[in-house]
Amino acid sequence: MSKFKKKTGTSENIPTSALPDIIFMLLFFFMVTTVLREQEIMVEQKIPQATQLQKLEKKSLISYLYVGKPKNTALYGTEPRIQANDVLITTNDIVLWVNQEKDQLSEVERDQITISMKADRDVKMGPISDVQFELREADARKLLYAAVGKVQN
Amino acid sequence: MARKKGRMAQEVNAGSMADIAFLLLIFFLVTTTIASDKGVLNFLPPKQDPNQPPPEILLNERNIFNILVNANDQLLVEGEYMDDASTLAEEVKSFLLNFGAPDEEAVALFNSLPSSLREKASRDPASSDHPMSGGAVVSIKTNRGTSYEMYLEVLDQVKRAYFEIYAERVGLTADQYRALTGRNPAEKELQDRGKEGIPMAISIAEPDKIGGN
Repeated sequence: MSKFKKKTGTSENIPTSALPDIIFMLLFFFMVTTVLREQEIMVEQKIPQATQLQKLEKKSLISYLYVGKPKNTALYGTEPRIQANDVLITTNDIVLWVNQEKDQLSEVERDQITISMKADRDVKMGPISDVQFELREADARKLLYAAVGKVQN
Repeated sequence: MARKKGRMAQEVNAGSMADIAFLLLIFFLVTTTIASDKGVLNFLPPKQDPNQPPPEILLNERNIFNILVNANDQLLVEGEYMDDASTLAEEVKSFLLNFGAPDEEAVALFNSLPSSLREKASRDPASSDHPMSGGAVVSIKTNRGTSYEMYLEVLDQVKRAYFEIYAERVGLTADQYRALTGRNPAEKELQDRGKEGIPMAISIAEPDKIGGN
């Protein structure tokens, strides 16, 4: 049996002293990429899927509109609502809101404003087209339908 | 006589360092939302002057590719019922590249296309004349009760048809073409060469009042 004698002398411990460094590296990556949500979203958000996604260049030009069924149905009802910044607004307020958003941009960039509409997939076209009509009125005509990627077949 | 303390191990125990780091890591993993400003881009038409009636645009029926989506999310494409939207892109492509009655400019455009796209031209007199401005238009009409998901799927398919044509012209895949930013001159040139002469003519009609609120 001496043929199968266990080798001795070699230590079988994996050195784990570099583990904290690896973890720290991951930690820093996530710390840098993280964007803490500065506003609470009060409407449901199940973003629809699409294949022909385009990425927007300048983040500062984007303003977000959230459309969906309110999460707090007892307070706001079940009909789809629009959320801008951190309040629920009606379609009549959209023009005002767009103008406020435009005022935050510099003068040359004002007409390049892009609205990213994050609409829930269960919303019907009625509210969506109302929003689009108001955006036309407010002359914010670049509209991005926020969507997540779908695997193409 | 004071006894000398043993000066053996003055090291700080760093064994739990990894645990602390893990805890922080998990916190950031959970809170992170990798910013995703991706979506389907659409340009809305300019607002209408209430004093002026909308301009009469004369387009032949053959130059309009009609897509209707009703409140039950059923599709009617060019007068025919369609089960699912996944084959729509191919139909839109063959409609756009039909070249039924091209004028001089459109013939020049046709000759500039790569042969893979030229093969698609079926020269059907009942379909679009040419894809240049004043020619083929894709029209999407929905009801107020159509779901947003369905609308986006249809729009996505129509966009796909255009992007595949653009990409084919410059010898890229559609994914590569869409990823072009236009930030440097070389990319801008590719982008412009792709869509030169073939504007993205997607008309989104005001929805009907059926089935909605």
